[in-house]
Amino acid sequence: MKLLVCVSKTPETTTKITFNGDQTALDTSGVQYIMNPYDEWYALVRALELKEALGAGTVTIINVGPAANDPVIRKGLAIGADEAVRIDKDGGSSLDVAQQIAAYAKENSFDMVFFGKETIDYNGSEVGAMTAELLDVPFVSFATKLEVEGNTATITRDIEGGEETLEVATPFALSAAKGLAEQRIPNMRGIMMAKRKPLNVVAAVETTNHTQVLSYDLPAEKSAVKLVDPEDMDELVRLLSEEAKVI
Amino acid sequence: MVLVFAESVNGTFKKAAFEAVTYGYQTAEVLGVACEAIVLGKAEDAGVLGKYGAAKVHQVADDSLNQLDGQVYAAVIAAAVEQLGAKVVILSHTSTGKSILGRLAARLNAGSVPAANAVPTNEGGVFAVRKPVYSGKAFANIAISSDIKLVSVTGNSIPPVEVAGEVAVSALDIAVPASRITVKEVSRMEGVTPLPEAELVVSAGRGMKGPENWGIIEALAEELGATTACSRPVSDVGWRPHHEHVGQTGIAIRPNLYIAAGISGAIQHLAGVNSSKTIVVINKDPEAPFFKAADYGVVGDLFDVVPRLTEAIRKHKQG
Ligand SMILES: Cc1cc2nc3c(=O)[nH]c(=O)nc-3n(C[C@H](O)[C@H](O)[C@H](O)COP(=O)(O)OP(=O)(O)OC[C@H]3O[C@@H](n4cnc5c(N)ncnc54)[C@H](O)[C@@H]3O)c2cc1C
Repeated sequence: MKLLVCVSKTPETTTKITFNGDQTALDTSGVQYIMNPYDEWYALVRALELKEALGAGTVTIINVGPAANDPVIRKGLAIGADEAVRIDKDGGSSLDVAQQIAAYAKENSFDMVFFGKETIDYNGSEVGAMTAELLDVPFVSFATKLEVEGNTATITRDIEGGEETLEVATPFALSAAKGLAEQRIPNMRGIMMAKRKPLNVVAAVETTNHTQVLSYDLPAEKSAVKLVDPEDMDELVRLLSEEAKVI
Repeated sequence: MVLVFAESVNGTFKKAAFEAVTYGYQTAEVLGVACEAIVLGKAEDAGVLGKYGAAKVHQVADDSLNQLDGQVYAAVIAAAVEQLGAKVVILSHTSTGKSILGRLAARLNAGSVPAANAVPTNEGGVFAVRKPVYSGKAFANIAISSDIKLVSVTGNSIPPVEVAGEVAVSALDIAVPASRITVKEVSRMEGVTPLPEAELVVSAGRGMKGPENWGIIEALAEELGATTACSRPVSDVGWRPHHEHVGQTGIAIRPNLYIAAGISGAIQHLAGVNSSKTIVVINKDPEAPFFKAADYGVVGDLFDVVPRLTEAIRKHKQG
């Protein structure tokens, strides 16, 4: 079983977001980066578990990005991936990224391609579906359970206000949501071994860009909180009804 | 022409569909073109979409479309886009929409913006869409330059507006490809509004001390007709189901009212909820960071305050 896990690099979750002078790019000074939590905690770990259960197969992680992403990729190797691929391209839209991943995946045919349900920076939830379309395989979004028997997978996924269980044959792609696996912390041995695992840098394919960020802005500052006497909830209800007009 | 894919669940439309048509209608006005809608599978009285601004409603009524498969849906919608000559396609940013948008973009080789929260602008012919980024900590204004443009709209960001009357529904003849997935079971919670759609949300955190104490939160939610949510540690330890987890690594929501009891307001929690129109924080610690993000604050013990609030709402409803 050949498993491909697509991992993205995102600012660490406590990052205070600010932009450069003309509001066109993130001010990256002092920003710490992590592997996108959904990719790391759920997608990667579930892929590793499947390989361990089968006692065979490989888990490859792939990232589209510059050399500065290597530490994040190495973490994926430390958690347990067998090898890593970085497609050497800095920036680009979701469709660019999907086209890069699809080009690599087509050449190296995988049984399953894993994504996180979205990145915590762009919050697009697009790359998985795009890649699946380019590969012409089914895509199961927001998977919370995945069991594999032979070449058939049974997957439970979140849908609006509930869940759905379905069957799909390999090859397919999925996006991982909470519940699919439990986060793994890399241990010392993993970190040491990661240094010797292959991280192959692959040249990017030609793509066209259809979207461009014109500018960023920050939410308006909240005005100061209005404190309400804890004994007087009638007053809170009055404010919610007459002032905020939400009830 | 702007084409809106109006989602139906078991043949009926939810609020997301009306929001999407309203969004499509307003987008079409900006561009000076017509707005039309497409429905897939069975849909009772699809003509109702006319009320929200669809000048025409197209339906591909093939029975196999009653089961959602993003791959099949994207193929059918892409064929409709080509057949009808649509230049802008609007979807809802729901789990259904998310499984289609990316596929459509790849299939049509078109630029897409997911999760828009405002009607596009077209100043100087630059089609630009605003969306939240960094899990609600900021917004981006994104231009789409391809011939066909795809946008999905976030729930609760554009209220549905009735602008006209019902229209006739016309059948669209498109071959439906076979699905490669087999749905075994679908379960939906009855009677509760799912979090992404909810206008009123009551949320609680570790300050609750244990799952056995959630009765007061459920009672408040029931009195308000609200959906319940929780902070991440609460769902991590299994006090609450994971689909209630809101925040940067949970669901991002934007209800009209978000009431948070016993939640400290960590930056990752705020990221997913700070687009809420009104935030009420109940916390016994006056220094809790959540108060900085709140509109109304109650410094007190939630075990006293929450039941009191429930009672006050009951009184208010009785007038
Ligand atoms: C990578 C990463 C991602 C994360 N993503 C998320 C996310 O998506 N969502 C999320 O919620 N968190 C997330 N977190 C966790 C976040 O950092 C906080 O730890 C978490 O939100 C705290 O939950 P809490 O407010 O329920 O608990 P606590 O921080 O323990 O706060 C409990 C609060 O309850 C108050 N309290 C206690 N007793 C009472 C009482 N009797 N009456 C009134 N108030 C009382 C206390 O004063 C305190 O403010 C993430 C963390 C990381 C590292």
